[in-house]
Parts: sequence; structure tokens; C-alpha cells
Amino acid sequence: MSAITTARAQSTTQPQSQVGKYVRRVVFIAILLFFTALFIGPFLWLLSASLKARAQVFNSDAIPNPIQWVNYVTVWQAAPMLTWLKNSVVVGVLAAAAVTISSAAIAFGFSYFQFRGRDTLFGLVLATMMLPGVVTMIPVFLVWNALGLVNTQAPLWAGNLFGSAFYIFLIRQFYLSLPRELFEAARTDGASYFQIWRYIALPLTRTALIVVFIFEFKASWTDLLKPLIYLQNQALYTLPRGLKTILDTFGNGGQMQWEVVMAASVIVTVPMIIIFFLGQRYFMDGIATTGLKG
Amino acid sequence: MATVANVARPVRRATLQRAETLAGLAFISPWFIGFLIFTAGPMVASLVLSLTDYNILQPPKFVGLANYQQMFADPKLLLSLSNSIFYAIIQVPVSILIALTLAMILNRVGKAAGFFRTAFYLPSVTPSVAVGTLFLWLLNPRVGLINKGLALIGITGPGWTTDPNWIKPGIILMTLWSVGGTVIILLASLRNVPNELYEAANIDGASGWTQFTKITVPLISGSLFFVLIVNTIGALQVFTEVFTMYFGKQSSGAASSSALFYNIYLFRQAFEFLHMGFASAMAWLLFVIILILTVIQLRLSRRWVYYEGS
Repeated sequence: MSAITTARAQSTTQPQSQVGKYVRRVVFIAILLFFTALFIGPFLWLLSASLKARAQVFNSDAIPNPIQWVNYVTVWQAAPMLTWLKNSVVVGVLAAAAVTISSAAIAFGFSYFQFRGRDTLFGLVLATMMLPGVVTMIPVFLVWNALGLVNTQAPLWAGNLFGSAFYIFLIRQFYLSLPRELFEAARTDGASYFQIWRYIALPLTRTALIVVFIFEFKASWTDLLKPLIYLQNQALYTLPRGLKTILDTFGNGGQMQWEVVMAASVIVTVPMIIIFFLGQRYFMDGIATTGLKG
Repeated sequence: MATVANVARPVRRATLQRAETLAGLAFISPWFIGFLIFTAGPMVASLVLSLTDYNILQPPKFVGLANYQQMFADPKLLLSLSNSIFYAIIQVPVSILIALTLAMILNRVGKAAGFFRTAFYLPSVTPSVAVGTLFLWLLNPRVGLINKGLALIGITGPGWTTDPNWIKPGIILMTLWSVGGTVIILLASLRNVPNELYEAANIDGASGWTQFTKITVPLISGSLFFVLIVNTIGALQVFTEVFTMYFGKQSSGAASSSALFYNIYLFRQAFEFLHMGFASAMAWLLFVIILILTVIQLRLSRRWVYYEGS
């Protein structure tokens, strides 16, 4: 509120308010930096702790002395990190690709075509967004169980082949902004419905597709619940599930090798941060336009 | 000739209409199949299961409303429900207040806003398991960064991870770290408030506070309401961070009751104790609670949410 006043009061030119302006400016910047430190600080602390010797993990030094790169070697040898990393990438890509393609197709069905009951069905799509996941969690588990796919990675991504309400909604918004004549012209030239979707609608909405892909990849990369429910075999674990195991073995009540736990946490976190920086624009667009928080 | 054309046209239009309908249905068919297998079917199934005793190994046994009766007699269930409600009641308003403050600050920053926005959002892309692991140590009463920071200004920090009264406040601190998503939604909304309104208010001599309550809040009330609903639903279902911190192979003492949130208890009932019927009843209770909350909030919103043009 005071921030608004500061900017709005710029037109006043008395000398005292000039001084007041600078004081406010400094306070404003101090607050900004304080919050930035609160958000960034824990990352630096995590990174620093992951490079410390065991006896020093929780001392207050910002820069470890000595710097123990060997912690990363230790965690790499103590747990199948490479396998988990590979699993996370494979599951993440499959989950994201499946949901992007299917949601785009479904969104096209709900925007280009006119047919009876369409709007009712779309209302149903929107309604499913309000449904808490736990209501369907147990029967969905029983479905995968009946298919004999528990303790495989299929339940982690295959459900995405059927689209997801939020993404259908998002992509449909983009399709609705495309002029219909674009498609009609291609239709007159003999293009099939599939072709106008594949060669006109998809390329024109690349941004939306990237937003959906990135969000779903992030959701998959960070998910613990599904791996907890479906995976028993350690060789199938994704990184979050693996990190939980490392925490239980090396941390809490375990061997108290916290530097190893911290190194594993960094390994789980860093790929996501890299992706975030690469796709930052899409993250921000996605959140701001849909209210999707990822 | 004319008659032929007149007859041919409606026929062609009808075929086109049928072709469109078929194609449209084909495009949405994946959703419809998924809806039946993963949403509608399971909803009915979980309602039916909630009336049975079922442990996967033996076929379900019909028990009527016994699960629901047992639910309200189960002290652990009541504890987990009150834990979750306590958490939501504190966490949601505090997080929205902080997010709004940060969004308003960012809205004044100008060109550098992008950098700070990124910084604020970074915790939200961090995997929840890593967040839980990290905060287990940030919150550690003896060696954690938070209590060390408090000690610098002469405050003896509480037992964030050990004292039953401080475990939930500690969890709230942790989830507030991920407030960045809400900040971005509110910032986008603040940027849509026309500047002329503030200029006019300035000319009329309205104070900063008056401008905030009479211009800012009403104009972003739609977004505020949206994050209120979404964050409340999310808060009632908090799981991963807390499960990571306190529920592993060995659940830690005080936390096993103070941090027992509803979804954690539900998960344990379903997949650790294999009480699938009981857990289904729990899921339906949560569903009904969330439904009621959403309806109440929608009703209330009609009174105070301002929509442009209405």
C-alpha cells in the first residue's frame, strides 16, 4: 500500500517529501531483497550442505571447507541414482507427451465441431476439475491391479492418454481464438478433419502445447504419491520415490549421513530448475492465463 | 434444375452435419473413455466400496454404514480431520496475505520484476520430497537455519519438529515457502487494474489504504476468490511434504499425531493397512466437505466479488 503511495506521490515536489521518497525507496528495496533471500537462501544452504564433510553438515559456514565433491560419488554408489534419473525422465516424457497430444485432440473436438450435447459434455469436463483425486484413488488402483499393471510404471503415465480436464480447457481457449475460415478453406481443398487438426490447429497453438507439456512434466517429475502406491520394486522408482528411500535409510533414524541425503536432494531438484529456467516464459504464461499453479 | 439443387442442398447439409458429429465424437472419445474408466466408474465404485469391508485379498463384504459409524468413533480420524482443518484455516489466509503483499511489491518494481518473480517462484518448481527433506533440517530445533536466525535476534526458537504444539506451525512455514504460484496469479491480476483509477483517486486525495480497499481489492476480487477456493482445496489435501518429513519406515513420536493430516491417514488406511472400504468412506467424507466448502464460497462470492461490466 505504501508502495502505491510512493509512486503516486511523485508529482508532489516539497523538499521534505523528496527526502521521504528516498527513505521509502530504500525501505522498499530492503524489503524486496529480504524476501528474495528468504526464497533463494534455502537453495544455497542445501547446495552448501551437500558439499560438506559429515561432521560439518550443519555448521553455519556458507562455503564448505573442505568442499567434498565425493558426497555426490557416495550417493551415486549407495543408491541406483542413474536408474531413478532415467526412470523419471522416461515417465515424465511419456506422461507429458501423452497428455499433450490427447488433450489437444479432445480440445479440438470440443471447439471446432458442432454437435448436440457438446456443451453439456464440456461442462462435465470442467466439473471433473473440482473432484479431489483421493475419491477415485482406490478404485483406480483396483483398475490397474485388475490389469496386472501394479508394480509397473504404466499407472504413472498411461492414464494421461485420455486427456486431462485443465489442459483440455487451456488448449480449447487457444483453438477458439483461431478464425474458422482457416479450416474451412483447407476443408474445401479436400483436407480431412484429422489433417486440419494436425497441420493447421497444432502448429498454430505451439505455445499452448509447450505450456501443457512443461506443466505435466513438472507434475510427473515431482510426484511422490503414485510411485508410493504403484511401485514396489526399487529398480522402477522415480527420483522422488528414491529420495524418500534415501531419507529413510540415510537420514531419519537411519545412518545419519545427512550430507548424502542433501546431495541426493540436489540431484532431484537441479533438473527441474534447469527446465524452469529454459521454459520460464511458458511457466509464467501458463500460470497467469489459467491460474494453474503446477 | 432448380428443384434438383433445392433437394440436393439439404441432403448435403445433413450428411455434412452427420460427418461433423461423428468426427467431433471421434476427437473427444479418448476423454469419454477415460472419464468412464478413471472418473465416473471409480466414483461409483468408491461409494459402493465405502459400504464394504475390503482388503483386496478377499472379496468385499457388505457392511452397510458400519464404516461411516466407525469413522466418527475413530479418534485418529477425528484428529487427522482437525489437523487438516486447523492447517487450512491458518495457512490459506496467511499465504494469500503474503502473496498479495509480494504481488503488490512486484507490481511496483518495474523492469526488474521478472527477476524477482522468478526468484519467488523457484521454490514452487522444487520437488515436494526435496522440500520436505530440506525443511526437516531448516526447521531442526538445534541446528536448523531458522532457529539459528532467531537466535541472532535473541529469540530462542521453538521445537519446530519435536514440540507437538509447534509441528503444524513449522509445516505452515514450509508450505508458505511455495507461495510463488499464488503471487504470479495475483500479480497478473494487479497488472490488469487500470492505472487511471489510481490517478483519479490521487487527484481526489484518497490515501494509500483507501485506494487499496476501494480500488485494488475490488478489482482483483475475482482472482482473490479463485486462489481462496483452489488453495483451500489444496490445503485440505496436503500430503507429500509432510509424509516425507514425518512418515517413513519409522514415524517419529510427536509428529505421528501432530502431523497426521487427513490424506496421510487415508493413504495409510488404504495402502498400509489395506482397509480399502474404510478409506473409501474417508475419501467420500473429504469429497463432501470440499463440495460444501466450494458451494459456500461460491455463494459468498456473489456478495463481494466484483465482475467488470456487471
